Amino acid sequence: MAYFPLLSLAIWTPVIGGILTLVVGDRRPRAARWAALLFSIVAFALTIPLYTDFNDHTAAMQFNEYAAWIPSLNIHYHLGVDGISLWFILLTSFLTILVVISSWTNIQQRVAQYMGAFLIMEGLMIGVFCALDAILFYVFWEAMLIPMFLIIGIWGGPNRVYATIKFFLYTFLGSVLMLVALLYLYFHADHSFNLLTFQQIPIGSTAQILIFIAFFLAFAVKIPMWPVHTWLPDAHVEAPTGGSVILAAVMLKMGAYGFLRLSLPIVPDASRELAWIMIGLSLIAIIYVALVAVVQEDMKKLIAYSSIAHMGFVTLGFFVFTAVAMEGSIIQMLSHGFVSAAMFLCVGVLYDRMHTRQIKAYGGVVNTMPIFASLMMLFAMANVGLPGTSGFVGEFMVVLGTYQVYPWAAILAATSLITGAAYTLWLFKRVIFGAVTQPAVAALKDANGREVLVLGSLAFFTLLLGVWPAPFLDILHSSVHHLVEQVAMNKIPA
Amino acid sequence: MTDITAHWTLALPEIWVLSMACVTLLADLFFAEKLRDIAAVLTGLTLLGAAALTFMLMGQRGTAFDGMFLADPFANVINLFSYLAVFLVVIYSGRYLRERGLYRGEVFVLLLFALLGVMIMASGGNLLTIYLGLELLALSQYALVAMYRDSLMATEAGLKYFVLGALASGLLLYGMSLLYGLTGSLDVRDIAAGLVNVTGANLVLVFAMVFITAGIAFKLGAAPFHMWLPDVYQGAPTAVTLFLASAPKLGAFALIIRLLVDGSYGVMAVWQQIFIVLAIASLVVGNVIAIAQGNIKRMLAYSTVGHVGFLSLGVLAGTLNGLASALFYTVVYVLMSLAGFGMILLLTRAGFEAERIDDFKGLAQRKPWYAAMMLIIMFSMAGVPPTVGFYAKLAVFQAVIAAGYVWIAVIGVLLAVIGAFYYLRVIKVMYFDAPEDAAPEIARDDVAAAFMSVNSVALLILGILPGPLMAFCIYALQGVI
Repeated sequence: MAYFPLLSLAIWTPVIGGILTLVVGDRRPRAARWAALLFSIVAFALTIPLYTDFNDHTAAMQFNEYAAWIPSLNIHYHLGVDGISLWFILLTSFLTILVVISSWTNIQQRVAQYMGAFLIMEGLMIGVFCALDAILFYVFWEAMLIPMFLIIGIWGGPNRVYATIKFFLYTFLGSVLMLVALLYLYFHADHSFNLLTFQQIPIGSTAQILIFIAFFLAFAVKIPMWPVHTWLPDAHVEAPTGGSVILAAVMLKMGAYGFLRLSLPIVPDASRELAWIMIGLSLIAIIYVALVAVVQEDMKKLIAYSSIAHMGFVTLGFFVFTAVAMEGSIIQMLSHGFVSAAMFLCVGVLYDRMHTRQIKAYGGVVNTMPIFASLMMLFAMANVGLPGTSGFVGEFMVVLGTYQVYPWAAILAATSLITGAAYTLWLFKRVIFGAVTQPAVAALKDANGREVLVLGSLAFFTLLLGVWPAPFLDILHSSVHHLVEQVAMNKIPA
Repeated sequence: MTDITAHWTLALPEIWVLSMACVTLLADLFFAEKLRDIAAVLTGLTLLGAAALTFMLMGQRGTAFDGMFLADPFANVINLFSYLAVFLVVIYSGRYLRERGLYRGEVFVLLLFALLGVMIMASGGNLLTIYLGLELLALSQYALVAMYRDSLMATEAGLKYFVLGALASGLLLYGMSLLYGLTGSLDVRDIAAGLVNVTGANLVLVFAMVFITAGIAFKLGAAPFHMWLPDVYQGAPTAVTLFLASAPKLGAFALIIRLLVDGSYGVMAVWQQIFIVLAIASLVVGNVIAIAQGNIKRMLAYSTVGHVGFLSLGVLAGTLNGLASALFYTVVYVLMSLAGFGMILLLTRAGFEAERIDDFKGLAQRKPWYAAMMLIIMFSMAGVPPTVGFYAKLAVFQAVIAAGYVWIAVIGVLLAVIGAFYYLRVIKVMYFDAPEDAAPEIARDDVAAAFMSVNSVALLILGILPGPLMAFCIYALQGVI
């Protein structure tokens, strides 16, 4: 199995599947849907052996692939996964299936292009999580913007053009300085773009700070951290449901993954030195953005702000540099991948029926949609961080790990249990409970089989991760411990 | 060099193109009535023959005619890409020219003479040869721009181009004369040898370099010598703009190599400073002003200025790596602008120029494949991976950082983001807007569309596998430095 190019298959199957879907489905929407479903299932199946054959006793990269790509610049096609990236690959390929299924009927315009764009994006996102060559990483990182730009721009809401151009330029601006930093490192590492080499070379302290800032801009925009988060509510509100799901569940994780793969191990000294800023920004996201979420009138906007607050936990966990907090952050990322995807899908279910996302247009949905209401209840609880759901595990570990180092930061972060409950439960109360006041709500039909399948499978993982996180954590241990050692290293040349 | 045939062998492609240009002129005179396509077909054959001859001579180094003429891989590579560019110009513009009554032998003959000018510039070993090639190219271009006599815009553009072009040639010639005064020779290699003892403190040298660089910057279209470019690009018939944006840029790059690298590499510090200013000015002017344009030809003209800024980054690095990346950028730019202007030509009809960005509205619904091609072209121009435009930018940035100018690279990437905005606007118009009611039916042009498809897909394929083209550019410049 060692020489079987599993990672390449995981990347290129969906990309080629997406292109084929574009070709065959141009005038046959039915064929496009089935082709997309088939390819997304095959792509998911191809990622399962990554889990079953994964060796969790080592922090080394596994399933490596290495080939010359652009010899004149010493750029390689270099792929590999460790415990940190593995889960995100599986998450990406799993969610793409759900996106395809959930878009089955509510996308009627240019179906093939929609499905094709998601499949191509899936491959590119998996590429980001596997790439071990800086330029390969950058190529996947940027190329991913193209399909998302089109998805929001073509199938989005009324203000989609503004939102998508803002999304593209904001993230593009963040990323280009990362390119300069990578090129600088290339010369510093004696003409190599190997990320693993970057992690080993000594770098002076000023250079480390500048590189950290360049990386920070790229990743902070993507996560997004306060104060560069303003593109996210716009993009989420305007994106079609599938776009919001991938954006929240996978794309935001990419920024966090960037911190883990690039910032922390390549510039550890700068990371330690500037950790106080990162912790400060994370706390602002957790406290302030959560308060912003409370007052939102639009369901999607509310969930978008709650995403930013949850990602604040993730970055907080990274920059206290304890293994518990870091593992908690990664679990929080996974959990958020399931829960935010589910929340956006829930809004999508309601939107498909009512064509509005305004909270005040709803009320008493539980009377007409009991099955849907109980599923959404579960996700709302997970969003709050109720024990027994996935949301609890990650937040608890982050708070625990933070308390060991900065008790005051842990106390501030813990307020999110209150604010999170405030915005989520209040949203839930206003939308689901109460008397039916609107005639449109009275006419609602409960979730159909397809919707129950999608939400049910997410509910399964939300509970699994909440009740029995051990299998998820086992994969992480070696890699996270290795990373914590790397961050503690002194890389400034004497 | 006593054996005169050896001289001729090295110059075979040039001799072939010259002879065939004359044959085309005569054939068109006698047979145009019966065989309408004869000039176009002969032009195609000329290019194929020239390509075959160049391949035959590929890799040979030598001088001919007392050092007036150089043969080296660099000239071969410039020639090959120029043939390709002119070939695509002929394919893309056929229908456009026919619909406007411009499908005449002169156009093709002028194209061949302009091509010959580029070839001579690429092979010039003496200031006189280089200037001769430059003027041959420039005069053919003036005539081409002014060819569309019925169009007021084109005539105006032709006159503007002529006046400003003559001024630029004068500047260049003045610089050359100073260089001659300094070294006592017109031969490029003698000049290089003569400059060994001249330092940057020599005022005459500084003047010579300033004038020569200004002349080159004008031909290239670098700010602040870009004033002619938007007016000429917009005013000229689109088929001619297509040509202006292709082979002549390769010729201008050859000027840089022959005059600044072959001739004045020893005093690089002098012209490097000038290129820093040119590069930054072009990046700013090109990328910022393009945002305000509503006419797509004018927008692409400003985008050209921006691209010239990027390729100047590679030039100012001055290393083999840097110049190779600049050549790579130039070749990629030529492929992109051929595709970009080619797309405008595909959408034109008799009496409809498809010049406004709004003319692309809803193209994704009217012609999904055309829109997809334009999408690739625009993302490539913006430098978004996985298109080849990204590697062009990557290559020049790495060269500039290798030369120690990280701050210039930072300016470059930030302006690339500003530039991305106006390319995105074209995509927005095509994909997110509804078609205009008045938009005329898109004409069928299967041959041009097929070549356009190859051209656009090549931007993507080269983006996934840029290695060979990069290696080819390094090969071209290896002997030069």
